[in-house]
Amino acid sequence: MKAKAKLLRIGVFVCHCGINIGGVVDVPSVVKYASRLPNVVHAEENLYTCSEEALSRIKEAIKEKKLNRVVVAACTPRTHEPLFRVTCQEAGLNPYLFEFVNIREHCSWVHMHQPEAATAKAKSLVRMGVARAQLLEPQVESEVEVEAQALVIGGGISGMHAALNLANQGFQVYLVEKEAELGGMLRKLYRLLPDGVEASKILKPSVEAVKASEKIKIFTSSKIKSIEGYVGNFNVTVISLETGEETRFKVGTIIVATGAVEKEPTQLYGYGEYENVITQLQLEGLLKEGKIPPAKKIVMIQCVGARESTGTTYCGRICCVEALKNALILKELNPKVEIYILHRDIRTYGRYEEYYQKAYTAQIHHLRFPEEKPPEVSQLPDKKLRVKVRDDLQGRDYTIDCDLLVLSPPLVQHSEGEEVARMLRVPLGQDRFFLEAHAKLRPIDLATDGIFVCGTAHGPKGIPESVAQAYAAASHAAILMASKVLRTEAITAVIDQNICIGCGVCEIACPYGAAQLSNVDGRWVSSVNEALCKGCGVCASSCPALAITMRHYKNEQVLAQIREAFPKVPEEKFEPRILAFTCNWCSYAGADLAGVSRMQYPPNVRIIKLMCSGRVDPFFIFEAFRNGADGILISGCHPGDCHYISGNRWTEARFEELRRMVKEVGLEPERLRLEWVSASEGEKFAKTISSMVEDLRKLGPSPLREVKRVEADPN
Amino acid sequence: MAYNGKSVLVIGGGIAGIQASLDLANGGFKVYLVEKEPSIGGRMAQLDKTFPTMDCSICILAPKMVECARHPNVELITYAEVKGVKKTSKGFKVKVFKKPRYVDEKKCVGCGICVEKCPVKVPSEFDALLGQRKAIYFPFPQAIPRIVTIDKERCLYFTKGVCRVCEKFCDAKAVDFEQKPQAVELNVRGIIVAVGFNPADPAIIPEYGYGRFTNVISALQFERLANASGPTRGEIKRPSDGAHPKRIAFIQCVGSRAMERGQPYCSAVCCMHAVKEAILAKEHDPEVEVYIFHNEFRAVGKGFQEFVNRAQSEYGIKYVRSLPGEVFEMPKTKNLVLRYEETLTGKISELEADMVVLCTALVPRENAKELAALFGLELDEYGFFRSADPLYAPVDTNRPRIYICGCCEGPKDIPDSIAQASAASARAMEAAQKGFGG
Repeated sequence: MKAKAKLLRIGVFVCHCGINIGGVVDVPSVVKYASRLPNVVHAEENLYTCSEEALSRIKEAIKEKKLNRVVVAACTPRTHEPLFRVTCQEAGLNPYLFEFVNIREHCSWVHMHQPEAATAKAKSLVRMGVARAQLLEPQVESEVEVEAQALVIGGGISGMHAALNLANQGFQVYLVEKEAELGGMLRKLYRLLPDGVEASKILKPSVEAVKASEKIKIFTSSKIKSIEGYVGNFNVTVISLETGEETRFKVGTIIVATGAVEKEPTQLYGYGEYENVITQLQLEGLLKEGKIPPAKKIVMIQCVGARESTGTTYCGRICCVEALKNALILKELNPKVEIYILHRDIRTYGRYEEYYQKAYTAQIHHLRFPEEKPPEVSQLPDKKLRVKVRDDLQGRDYTIDCDLLVLSPPLVQHSEGEEVARMLRVPLGQDRFFLEAHAKLRPIDLATDGIFVCGTAHGPKGIPESVAQAYAAASHAAILMASKVLRTEAITAVIDQNICIGCGVCEIACPYGAAQLSNVDGRWVSSVNEALCKGCGVCASSCPALAITMRHYKNEQVLAQIREAFPKVPEEKFEPRILAFTCNWCSYAGADLAGVSRMQYPPNVRIIKLMCSGRVDPFFIFEAFRNGADGILISGCHPGDCHYISGNRWTEARFEELRRMVKEVGLEPERLRLEWVSASEGEKFAKTISSMVEDLRKLGPSPLREVKRVEADPN
Repeated sequence: MAYNGKSVLVIGGGIAGIQASLDLANGGFKVYLVEKEPSIGGRMAQLDKTFPTMDCSICILAPKMVECARHPNVELITYAEVKGVKKTSKGFKVKVFKKPRYVDEKKCVGCGICVEKCPVKVPSEFDALLGQRKAIYFPFPQAIPRIVTIDKERCLYFTKGVCRVCEKFCDAKAVDFEQKPQAVELNVRGIIVAVGFNPADPAIIPEYGYGRFTNVISALQFERLANASGPTRGEIKRPSDGAHPKRIAFIQCVGSRAMERGQPYCSAVCCMHAVKEAILAKEHDPEVEVYIFHNEFRAVGKGFQEFVNRAQSEYGIKYVRSLPGEVFEMPKTKNLVLRYEETLTGKISELEADMVVLCTALVPRENAKELAALFGLELDEYGFFRSADPLYAPVDTNRPRIYICGCCEGPKDIPDSIAQASAASARAMEAAQKGFGG
């Protein structure tokens, strides 16, 4: 091993954290213990290791004692690891040669009334940290160049605003629109809320600005033929729908603004059967052309093909506002017209509520029909339509004979949008709209880096929301392009193609499409695109050939921690030993919160942090049992919360199989436990450990406990 | 991303301000993020879960807070307020006043021993007054920066001239009772206002008894009760006797969609957070019965309708389409009786519940007017910041180079706030490329 070729010189710094650690743990004895561990050449205690003074002492020690590994035993890496990494770097040490041991949140704060046990545990944790530190290797975050050009797919109001913003920031933009004209859905609309301004008046300046921009290359009547590559380096081919001419260019980022279409209300309420049944969008068209329907009585029906029990289950968000707007316009044009809106709830969210009030004042009638009893429509001999509806607020049945029936269907995804999604290899949601990377915090990012979404391609929404998203997408695209180079994750997977058997499991397991099979000299092997890899390690724990190495979380590094977790000396009295594997994002943080909240639990557990619970290799489990664990906890984010999209689904899938294997080697399956612990569930973590200790006390020591290698405690 | 030599001021450190700051900082701008509270995080930090994915709110927010604090291009100025602004040839000269924390920010290591030792307990604002904090305190466990603040109004030394226990136990020698307010002057090219919202006072509808009946609480208080690090450690308990409620009633539109008492607009998020809180109640105790008294349901976002349906079909949440006229307290049990009109029959009915949760309107922050006057910004008829054009310039204002985002522009949910925040940053980036005519 390369890392071992050089003489190891480890420095250990143990923090008192005032009395936070020192008040419980006997820090001097931990320092003494650490100084006798293999390859430790320096050990010291600090009142606050994070203070300016202590940080300079670390730097001095690295230089004077020629330290090539640094271990700090203090609080949690979640807040302080970056600080110590930078400190190492400043002293000329690669930041990945630093190891953090948590003896506050995971020790002194949760075993406040057991100073001796806490001290013993702190020693174990330091021993594990030193063992791992011996095997650490320097890591380099590699860089990918970013092409400072962007592709915007779709020339509607969203696409145009995104393109304009980027162009005004100085980036070259390629704007691709399938129609002959820019403008999208707005070209079909008559007037807009809030002021009744004509859609064309909003559209015109935007279209002119886009056309005038030197930085925007417009392709109308065109579509994307193919997109290859990854963030910073996408190769795009655009094809003209008229001439068949192809244009190729390279972009660094892509904004999807492909919009949506009105759902066709096929076979609903006489649509397609009676000619005086139209949709809201068709009504807008008539109004736009000045062909105001000469009707005395108009009925509008809401939720047409929306909020279904299967199929289009969602609410169309803007259809209620749209209907009210058109009803108010019709009333304005002809105050005598009688309008009925049949709905299942008027959803004028936010400021739109004003139009609901206005509609009341304008004497537009509202009837609320129950989901299970939609209105019935039939044609009368004079071509008028008879609408029968039950109003469930008054419990009354109404029969309305009208001249015109306007249906309000929701916006839906279109086939071109689906095609773009396939080309980009980005997922669509159950609603078939583009699925954002995170429903709450990343509404305009797609799961693949460098690709963003805005407007109704993401789901039904109004113009202000679409424009806000367009600018937001432009912001994220601009950030990438302004940075010119991208630093990629240092913790990535590496595949040894000599060992790879080309089974493709990693390709299936990878949530980011980073691992892909390819044919190399007639043999199928997998490789990892480091620009896409996020470092969860699900591929490594799935690989049947052990061909995948996770940088910074190599098997040997994790195994070293496992092997040092429990003392090799026989105990006088049985104390259950628990090893817990937690993910970096939720469960480790949950254990931290237990500490911050001072929730006391038994000191029988040692925590090993992995990036994702999906990294837990079956092999780690058995090595842990072989090395004296009586019970093992695997803990990750709740299903659906995984930081790596779907890593914990692999944990879940693997767990039953693991339990079966545990049983097969002669252990009680209850010795292995899986618990989802979120970052706010400190109490759940504490309770889980307490209950595991209780259970294991009943089960007794693991039959696999090994006491062959008896070593004297260095103290 | 290296600093490009240009700076922007962001006012408000909630999720919108944090997102705007991160975008700008990642784009190479120097960002001054000014927050009036001791910690960034804003309203989102107080929420237990977020709809409709039931993500733990602080879990997804805290990494963003940390990222903000650590970003080399972001300078956090917490416990501070903007008090003056002047136009300059290159943008704005802004005066910021840092309130004294009575703790040296450079020396405090955030160990929290002073908090442990402080003898004074006061109601915690972060826990919506249901829990307690000390007179020297972190507003919440994940507070950033992790620096304590002394509440001068409550501190024994400031009020009675005694104690100084915090000072005695501080090994870092960070406590400084002599600290004075500090003025900071910033030169920036653009300003983003993201000062957020307040929940309306639930007592606005006195018939519901908030403030008179102990078991009538606000939706924000319910969030804290449900939260694992909240005042009850995540146990939903009645304030009157600590018992687990067996029947909870939520009342919607408290101060929203009201012509007289309250606001005429719809607050856009309350329907959804009521459903979320109803599900939380069921997850905490499957035996609990939950009623939501509502007007029209406004489940208009992605996956919202499905969420509302699931609450009914899977969790058995009961939706009642009626707003109670009045709530009474039963003096012995402190249970509550909701009197309401049954929609179909018009019959007056009563429901006894042991806890009532009021879903109040979102209203502008108390300092919105003052800020608007300071910057010459227009407010709308409700007191929210008015955008330059509600259609195609949703985050621009009537003043060039000043942008708005999040709930200070009007009630909206987290993803819409985040989209606006990134949008405001895109507009600020765009403006920075142009000359200084405007």
